[in-house]
Amino acid sequence: MSQNQQITSTLEPVAGNGLLHRRLFLTGGAATLGAGALGLLTARHVTAAPPPEVPEWMKAPGAPLSGYGRRSRFEAGVQRYVATPAAGTTGAGASRTPLERLNGMITPNALHFERHHSGIPDIDPEQHRLLIHGLVERPLVFSMDALHRYPMVSRIQFLECSGNSRTIIAAAPQSGTCGQLHGLLSCSEWTGIPLGVLLEEAGVDPQGRWLLMEGADAAAMTRSVPLAKAMDDALLAIYQNGEALRPEQGYPVRLFLPGWEGNISVKWLRRIAVTREPTMTRDETSKYTDLLPDGRSLMFTFEMGVKSVITSPSPGLAMQGPGLYEISGLAWSGAGRIRRVEISADGGESWAEAALTEPVLSKALTRFRLPWRWDGGSAVIMSRAVDETGTVQPTREALIAEKGTRFAYHINGIEGWQVAANNEVTNVHV
Amino acid sequence: MSTSKWIVAGVCAALTWPLTGGSQEGPNLGIEATPEEIAGWDISIGADGDGLPVGSGTPSEGASIFAAKCAACHGLQGEGLLNDRLVGGHGSLATDNPAKTIGSYWPYATTIFDYVRRAMPYQTPHTLTDDEAYAVTAHLLHLNGIIQADDVIDAQTLPAIEMPNRDSFDRVYPPTD
Ligand code: HEC
Repeated sequence: MSQNQQITSTLEPVAGNGLLHRRLFLTGGAATLGAGALGLLTARHVTAAPPPEVPEWMKAPGAPLSGYGRRSRFEAGVQRYVATPAAGTTGAGASRTPLERLNGMITPNALHFERHHSGIPDIDPEQHRLLIHGLVERPLVFSMDALHRYPMVSRIQFLECSGNSRTIIAAAPQSGTCGQLHGLLSCSEWTGIPLGVLLEEAGVDPQGRWLLMEGADAAAMTRSVPLAKAMDDALLAIYQNGEALRPEQGYPVRLFLPGWEGNISVKWLRRIAVTREPTMTRDETSKYTDLLPDGRSLMFTFEMGVKSVITSPSPGLAMQGPGLYEISGLAWSGAGRIRRVEISADGGESWAEAALTEPVLSKALTRFRLPWRWDGGSAVIMSRAVDETGTVQPTREALIAEKGTRFAYHINGIEGWQVAANNEVTNVHV
Repeated sequence: MSTSKWIVAGVCAALTWPLTGGSQEGPNLGIEATPEEIAGWDISIGADGDGLPVGSGTPSEGASIFAAKCAACHGLQGEGLLNDRLVGGHGSLATDNPAKTIGSYWPYATTIFDYVRRAMPYQTPHTLTDDEAYAVTAHLLHLNGIIQADDVIDAQTLPAIEMPNRDSFDRVYPPTD
């Protein structure tokens, strides 16, 4: 196929309400045809003075070098959404990643979502110790110096709070940006020690089936982890995106359990007790269990389901009139890789397959993109992810039919954005 | 062990993991923990009562501790104030307004002692004595109508309590298929 033919075919709508072929941007079709042909918005560029005017920052040497970088002051408004905790209990709460202000698959460390149960401890790594005991041949204590000498591995993987996107099951759609509604979600490169290596050194008794994980925060957060998961892909993470963990992400060492609900990746890890049975801590009984309509509850619902959200367009990012836009978002699954993401611009009547941005990694956020020619009319856009096991992200309706509306965790239903003729984008149930 | 040897052994352990179930030689940089050290760290209580310390408490002893150290956030009767409601809600789980409290929801009484001793009072955790933690636990069980006002809660009686919602949890892990 010649380049021209390719461009023409990618300009044909592939699904209702203006969805174009996913290869349009990749083939360079939009660029070669020129902004005018596609109605690309150029208003922003028009206001800047044309060359050869020399802007202020070219007329004198810039800032000096620095020991630790910071972002442009013009980006200072990109902040986590911090939920105000109840009076007197500072630190028990959450802050959310502003997903709609980021692109790519990696979350910057300073914008990784937070969920703490009693604040962020200020841990001196010299004094921090990790104890492994219980049903083991040799109970062992590790200093951070010792842990740093172990061979490490790196993996890019997402972390999602079990309680993310609760608003999907609310009776009425809630207003908020993508990050406010779905931002208990982040993705980092985690570097650390495969937990199995340390467990082997301690020698797990054959009767040991579970591991109690305890944090060194003021809540001494505890969760029970099945030994099988620990031996499979559990990591004692020490680095996040190349630098030491941030205090709010568990400095100096945290557990990281790929694909599982965030709460179980215990931060500030200080103790691992090998036990026969789960300990039945408060955060695996009172919380992080799913109440069903019949009054029974699901327990140990560890894996995060297949899910996707459109980050742009989304509420707070107003449209700029009819024209060509890129619909972009994130898809992920606790079961493995994302196989496919489909997008609808007509409220689910028709669907088009989105392009997945490489790398598409197991249990990582996957960026998807699709060109869309918005005609300026009312449109409901939504995305649907399928993972490598073939599991399809459920509709909100199917999720509620299965689990009711009183559960509070593992909410992976499809949610839509209403794009209105006045350029506003709002949250809708679909 | 020489440096190069542990690097090789460690890398093997990491790379072959988890294909081999057998024991691999790691860097072995952990220091054996003494029973005394472990005792100072091991604060978790199993659902079977494993780990419960000596000591005891009754609801009436717990009531005054609760009023002084807990009620400001959870309400005098545990009805919930700034923070979680801890009492009541029996029979509400299958209704449109489920109240998940210790009495209506928690499957194990041991969890109360474990959690309160490690995390409460919120501003000053690790300040309750074991007797006080037993007493507050007893008080919360009594407020929820699970034990009598003069019942003694200790390492034997606590794990023997059958919580009302005990059998209403279905484990999703391990997967059955
Ligand atoms: C300053 C306020 C404050 C005080 C005082 C306080 N708590 Fe709490 N309590 C909290 C907060 C906040 C949480 C939830 C913490 C979290 O997010 O994990 C909580 C949670 C709990 C829970 C778990 C509730 C649930 O449904 O899972 C129990 C039980 C509890 N507290 C008991 C006590 C007892 C007993 C005392 C007194 C010894 C006490 N609290 C004192 C703030 C307080």
